[in-house]
Amino acid sequence: MNLQVNGKNYQSDTDLTLGQLFKQLDLSPERVVIELNQKILQTTDNLDTELREGDQLEIIQFVGGG
Amino acid sequence: MIKIQFNEVPLEIPNGTSLHQLRAKQQPGADILIINGFPTVEDYLLKNADQVIMIQRGVIPDADQLEALMMARHTPGVHARIAQSRVGIAGAGGLGSNIAIALARVGVGQLVIADFDLVEPSNLNRQQYFIDQIGLPKVMALKENLQRINPYVKTEIFTGRINPQNLMQVFAGVDVMVEAFDAPEQKAMLTASHLQMAPDCPLVAASGMAGYAASNSIQTQKICKNFYLIGDQITAAQPGQGLMAPRVSIAAGHQANAVLRILLGEQPE
Repeated sequence: MNLQVNGKNYQSDTDLTLGQLFKQLDLSPERVVIELNQKILQTTDNLDTELREGDQLEIIQFVGGG
Repeated sequence: MIKIQFNEVPLEIPNGTSLHQLRAKQQPGADILIINGFPTVEDYLLKNADQVIMIQRGVIPDADQLEALMMARHTPGVHARIAQSRVGIAGAGGLGSNIAIALARVGVGQLVIADFDLVEPSNLNRQQYFIDQIGLPKVMALKENLQRINPYVKTEIFTGRINPQNLMQVFAGVDVMVEAFDAPEQKAMLTASHLQMAPDCPLVAASGMAGYAASNSIQTQKICKNFYLIGDQITAAQPGQGLMAPRVSIAAGHQANAVLRILLGEQPE
């Protein structure tokens, strides 16, 4: 399947859930804010959400410090 | 008659009035006299368009006087708009304490500040607290410091942790929200919750300002509608790469200026 992740094409051989995508990208779900097709999601509540062909994702990963 | 600016307010005085005569009439207790930006002790014959400031050491101006003095430093129309605004700041550490001070100095009317933490000795490397405030709740210490800068800024404080359940209640009615937490999980929680529950209220968040990497790598970026992110988005606070005053202040300055630009109807980028 093909996804748009932060404006770039992302290809996967298998279907993916959001949680599986995070694993592939080595992201920690608790530190991420995600916009799926222009809708902000509570990341940790949506790890089982199945992604679909053509989904557009904006992923912001926060780093510590303030 | 000639027209001068006296303590930032227009004033007409008789031709031939001297500085000391003006003091005797307007502010006999003044011990510091400033003419057109320069302190002076000698008497001086006042001319049209002179700017005169008189200060009595140790005397605190009242709200109206301070307003006039501050307004003179702002573009007309700017001060009135920001004086009516209400800004929420989640976190009173290196970012939050610097942002709050910048916004109070610029004349934001109301600040709502939340933090659960106490002032610790290590915080003094970058946070706007003093050594005699160690052990105080940060929000109390910050309120105290803001009141020493401008006692007429209204500051509401919340001592405790922010979560998705209390977020909207603690920061009810804010015009702009600022994320100024330290932990990445807290930053993500606040950002996602705010954008979901208050999508019409702009959010200014920060990520990546540790260490002493280049100043210009810290940027203000629009992520999506009403969500602005400040920082280099990479440099995390970690062993060997601590948080330091200069770069944290740069990020805080970006955040405060983004807030100001939003309040004045400009794009923060």
